[in-house]
Amino acid sequence: MFKLEKRPQPSKAFAYLTPILAIIATMIAGGLLFMALGKNPFEAIRTIFWDPLFGEFAFYYRPQLLVKGGPLILIAIGLSLGFRAGIWNIGAEGQYIIGAICGAGVGLAFYPMEAWYIFPLMIATGAFGGWAWAMIPALLKVKFQTNEILVSLMLVYVAEQLLASMSLGLLKNPDGHGFPGSRNLKDYPSAFNDEIITGSGMHWGVLTAFIAVIFAYILLNRHMLGFSIRLTGEAPRAAKFSSVNPTRLILFCLGMSGALAGLAGMFEVSGPAGQISIDFNTGYGFTAIIVAFLGRLHPVGILFAGLLMALTYIGGEIAQANLGLPAAAIQLFQGMLLFFLLAVDLLTNYSIKRVKTEAV
Amino acid sequence: MTGTLLKIEGLTKAYPGVVANDSVSFEIKYGEVHALLGENGAGKSTLVKMIYGLVKPDSGTMLMNGAPFAPPEPRAARASGVAMVFQHFSLFDALNVAENIALGMEQPPAMRDLAEKIRTVSEDYGLPLDPYKTVGDLSAGERQRVEIIRCLLQDPKLLIMDEPTSVLTPQEVEILFETLRKLTAEGVAILYISHKLEEIRALCDAATILRLGKNVGTCIPAETSARDMAELMVGTELQTPKSAGATLGDVVLDISGLSMPSPSAFGTPLRNIHLRLRSGEVLGIGGVAGNGQDELLLALSGEMRTAHDAVKLKGEPVGQLAPNARRMRGLLTAPEERLGHAAAPNMSLTENALLTGNTRRGLSSRGFLKWAKARSFAEEIIEKFDVRTPGPDNAARSLSGGNLQKFVIGREVLQDPDVLIVNQPTWGVDASAAASIRQAILDLAAGGTAVIVISQDLDELMEVADNFAALNEGRLTETRPTQGLTIDEIGLMMGGAHGMEVAHV
Repeated sequence: MFKLEKRPQPSKAFAYLTPILAIIATMIAGGLLFMALGKNPFEAIRTIFWDPLFGEFAFYYRPQLLVKGGPLILIAIGLSLGFRAGIWNIGAEGQYIIGAICGAGVGLAFYPMEAWYIFPLMIATGAFGGWAWAMIPALLKVKFQTNEILVSLMLVYVAEQLLASMSLGLLKNPDGHGFPGSRNLKDYPSAFNDEIITGSGMHWGVLTAFIAVIFAYILLNRHMLGFSIRLTGEAPRAAKFSSVNPTRLILFCLGMSGALAGLAGMFEVSGPAGQISIDFNTGYGFTAIIVAFLGRLHPVGILFAGLLMALTYIGGEIAQANLGLPAAAIQLFQGMLLFFLLAVDLLTNYSIKRVKTEAV
Repeated sequence: MTGTLLKIEGLTKAYPGVVANDSVSFEIKYGEVHALLGENGAGKSTLVKMIYGLVKPDSGTMLMNGAPFAPPEPRAARASGVAMVFQHFSLFDALNVAENIALGMEQPPAMRDLAEKIRTVSEDYGLPLDPYKTVGDLSAGERQRVEIIRCLLQDPKLLIMDEPTSVLTPQEVEILFETLRKLTAEGVAILYISHKLEEIRALCDAATILRLGKNVGTCIPAETSARDMAELMVGTELQTPKSAGATLGDVVLDISGLSMPSPSAFGTPLRNIHLRLRSGEVLGIGGVAGNGQDELLLALSGEMRTAHDAVKLKGEPVGQLAPNARRMRGLLTAPEERLGHAAAPNMSLTENALLTGNTRRGLSSRGFLKWAKARSFAEEIIEKFDVRTPGPDNAARSLSGGNLQKFVIGREVLQDPDVLIVNQPTWGVDASAAASIRQAILDLAAGGTAVIVISQDLDELMEVADNFAALNEGRLTETRPTQGLTIDEIGLMMGGAHGMEVAHV
């Protein structure tokens, strides 16, 4: 029989080792899954993890890594601040949509005027939109002790309806021959979120994501506010004893994660996506939750986790196209990654001991 | 009656990394109250669990009435006449006394017969109890009676009691002792676990002292001083804390008409508390657990806000201020619960030093943390308070209870407070750590700090406090000088026997 024994100290080695173990376990279990589907498991794993980086068409996929990883990292950084404090914003997808609508809306309002200040203004309104959307669950929680998990999640569906309404109504392209969707911002230089270095995939949103990583790292490790966040997550009563104001913390964490999700939405709509459309959102806000945990809620970890997740997305698409793997199998594969990570994570705080069965 | 009931020989039980019991031998005679003494972690509970069949020994033998005794499970132990009253009660609040007792029986009789039996047994042993009363309405002392009667219905030959008096007032303790004496007169042996030495001296016929899993001595408590027993327990000579006898200064903390609802559904609200504390004074606040001690600490630390001028610090109202604002003004606190309240278990000692030390020690500037300064503050605490740990990077939860308590108290003491409030400063702490914590409190008072010590350990309060008051159902009694206070008076201040009747048998 085996027994779990709590370690006196969390193991440093395992804190770094668990993501790697989880990835290996996912590869094995995923390989078995692909085998059961009648595919060559080695080829499938290679297609997912190797081809996007070093395969024949890597020059095309590598920039995609940043394009897909950027918003994931940006949203996950915001979420991780709240998660660290035990404040669960599950509705980043909704804040992402609202940020995109607000940002794009401001840009389109100026069309066709060209001015340097349009894009910065769009960034500000995008962040504001996400922030405001996140303030709804925050204020309800603070005032009426509602559950932020439920409220933020429900607001995702509200945001989706709003998105549909916008693409069919207010923001619809007047020159679009009746098709749903806004004007394409790629054709509007003042509002276009272009690549900073051509062909690199590095647009302003990716840069913002990297800045957010640094900002979050400094906040958590060098600032009293970050310490308060960590303390609240570790021991809420000790945090209160230490003079942390829970109300302010809830407002800050939800507001920050909302603003970053809004930014991600705004950079996406003005760059890679180009326009507001009914199916604009692709689930970054939900995947970012996985990214946040995969990165152990640590800023640098999230940076790597975001890139890894982007890799499985791109690799998954290649595998779908080249090997004919079903989309559901790829989603399952991504789900396994989180599952194994959480399972192996136990080893950071516990060690497995072999015990002789004891008559009780 | 004489003769040996239970003979324990060479009992050994090892867990990974620690030998909980190392060939422990002793015997319990019929009709004897046998004390099992030792610090936390000395192996008392492991030993008792082996007798009660919860844990199987690695080696060694037990003889019950001369016959080999190795209960594979508690049921077998009960069948052999061993009964146990646990420190923490296992009762359902919503059920009545008889129903609770029936739940623990293998074949409960009809409820009416059981109720009758409960009534008879309880009258016989001087523990009157109404079998139809709902347990939720009973006091802690009465709940303990339910547990004891549950055991007595099994006709035990050996009754094990784990820290039975920790929830009782002195008057209730006296009633319990009467019952126990009556039981022993009938030949029942009692194994009595406690660390309250005066109690053991008053009640027990023999004592076995454990230290680090070994039997380090047997004594007759009535003929041994409490100090000698304590030294056997600890293994070193104990320093008795000494008060320098400071002169009292001005009133620094003035509490008037402090009322506050309890933050939790099962807590006790504070009701109109008045109290004046002068600099250099140590005020001991006694009371049975759950009578508003935790709430009083929350109200004073600033975790719960009250009417602004209900709490005045050096004349300035602070009732609405946050903990850090109070710290800045010199009011520091140390809550009872070390892990999770006074300290964050998974965080390092450096981070835990920062937890309360930020304002007074200037561990951050414009919100940015000065880790080096926080670390040296943690190191200072570790050094000055003799905290046994490899270093300030270790997590709080890796420390033993006594060491973490020294850290938590040290953290506040070294911030040079004007008023310090500590709740249960030595709860679950070994005797030598307790002595050094008490000495630190006295030294602080000698330097002019006003200290409130909230504790359920009356001996501790008598040792350190100049004045004494008691909390009872959220009300604070008037303050009286400790000197000349008798144990009877203290008991009455704590609420007497809480209306528990004594059957005269």
